[in-house]
Amino acid sequence: MFTRAAYTTATRAAFRAPTFAQARNASTQAANGAFGADRKAAAAWFAKAAAGSAILGYGISNYVVTDDRLAPVTKAVAESMTALQKKAAEYGIEMPFTVAHAFSTADHGLHPPHYPWDHFKPWKTYDHASIRRGFQVYKEVCSACHSMEYIHYRNLVGVSHTESEAKELAAEYEYEDGPNDKGEMFMRPGKLTDPMPSPYPNEEAARAANGGAYPPDLSCIARARHGEEDYIFALLLGYCDPPAGVNVREGLHYNPYFPGGAIAMARAIYDEVVEYEDGTPNNASQLAKDVSTFLSWASYPEHDERKKMGLKTLAISAMLLGLSVWWKRFKWSYIKTRKIVYKPGKFDEV
Amino acid sequence: MASALARTTYNVFFRRSSNYLVGIFAGAFAFEIAFDSAADRLWDMANKGRQWKDIRSKYIQAADSEPADDEE
Ligand code: HEC
Repeated sequence: MFTRAAYTTATRAAFRAPTFAQARNASTQAANGAFGADRKAAAAWFAKAAAGSAILGYGISNYVVTDDRLAPVTKAVAESMTALQKKAAEYGIEMPFTVAHAFSTADHGLHPPHYPWDHFKPWKTYDHASIRRGFQVYKEVCSACHSMEYIHYRNLVGVSHTESEAKELAAEYEYEDGPNDKGEMFMRPGKLTDPMPSPYPNEEAARAANGGAYPPDLSCIARARHGEEDYIFALLLGYCDPPAGVNVREGLHYNPYFPGGAIAMARAIYDEVVEYEDGTPNNASQLAKDVSTFLSWASYPEHDERKKMGLKTLAISAMLLGLSVWWKRFKWSYIKTRKIVYKPGKFDEV
Repeated sequence: MASALARTTYNVFFRRSSNYLVGIFAGAFAFEIAFDSAADRLWDMANKGRQWKDIRSKYIQAADSEPADDEE
């Protein structure tokens, strides 16, 4: 049977080993760290290792595994992969290899450049003076063909226009309302709650007037296109002659930023087509910038408030993070500094 | 051992749970006001001239008895 006698001298000797605390100290506070006796030695070790790997890497890539030597190998690998894929396809097995696709900017539209919009910075609001000018461009140019049925006059109040200005703008148009007490629909001047007037009564009429192409509603156009305001800006100014060999159908216009290259919208933005009231130069790029800012605002009306809230959230979270780190150290300090000492007791040997 | 300030703080805020609770509520209230106004001040500084409230004065006519709700 298993009795206390199983405590042999060896067992007891093991328990008489240095205390746990001493053992822990021995392992963590030994004179030699993993990379040398002290910080200086460790730094030297890392410096030597880095220099050595740099020299070795440079030498290998330039003198041993050169492109010339690598090319036949990659070619052979690629060919055998293709052969394998073909063979597998004969048996109806599809290999999970990537197939190269030709990507053509003519089909997908040229990627717009990233323009340095101020409101792309995390701490910047929209430039509301620019929104106001952009609305003017929309009203005087784009609204001839494009509706913005989700933007109402009241949305401009406190963003780009005063209330009385917005009321005046709305009253420039007549809206159908009713029925009145005789059951008839009637026309009345617009109110703050009315949307931007639509140039066409319905999509069919819009298409009929634009050679079959539908000028999309611009309320959410920035959200609805890759590249957002970068794309709109590039599109508005991107018109040019088609490259040699590209034929653009009658009624379409060449624009490399538009997928396919042929767009039914003619160039709408030219120098000085809009007269600004605030003295801003009205060259084509300024007009395009302002209308793109306006359309971006229309898609993200919550943008300014969202950024402000986001930054506040980050600030509070940073404070809470600091607090929780302190709290953790506070709670753990007791555990980290205690010392466990084992004192073997006296055994009554049986 | 504890400084006079620490002792007073302890006696006023931490000693009784009721005081502690009131202290938390009052502290949260005061912190929110201080934090929000500081954040707004910084935000408006970073966005000087860009927000509606900065350009509003140009478009508001004196004759207008504009209701205040066209602020942001
Ligand atoms: C003469 C009418 C007309 C005017 C003015 C006009 N557009 Fe267009 N727009 C169109 C038509 C038509 C299309 C559809 C093009 C197509 O699908 O080929 C279109 C398409 C667009 C598109 C979508 C392109 C895409 O990726 O599908 C945007 C954005 C746009 N217009 C912005 C504007 C802006 C901004 C203005 C004012 C500066 C403007 N348009 C003025 C007729 C017009």
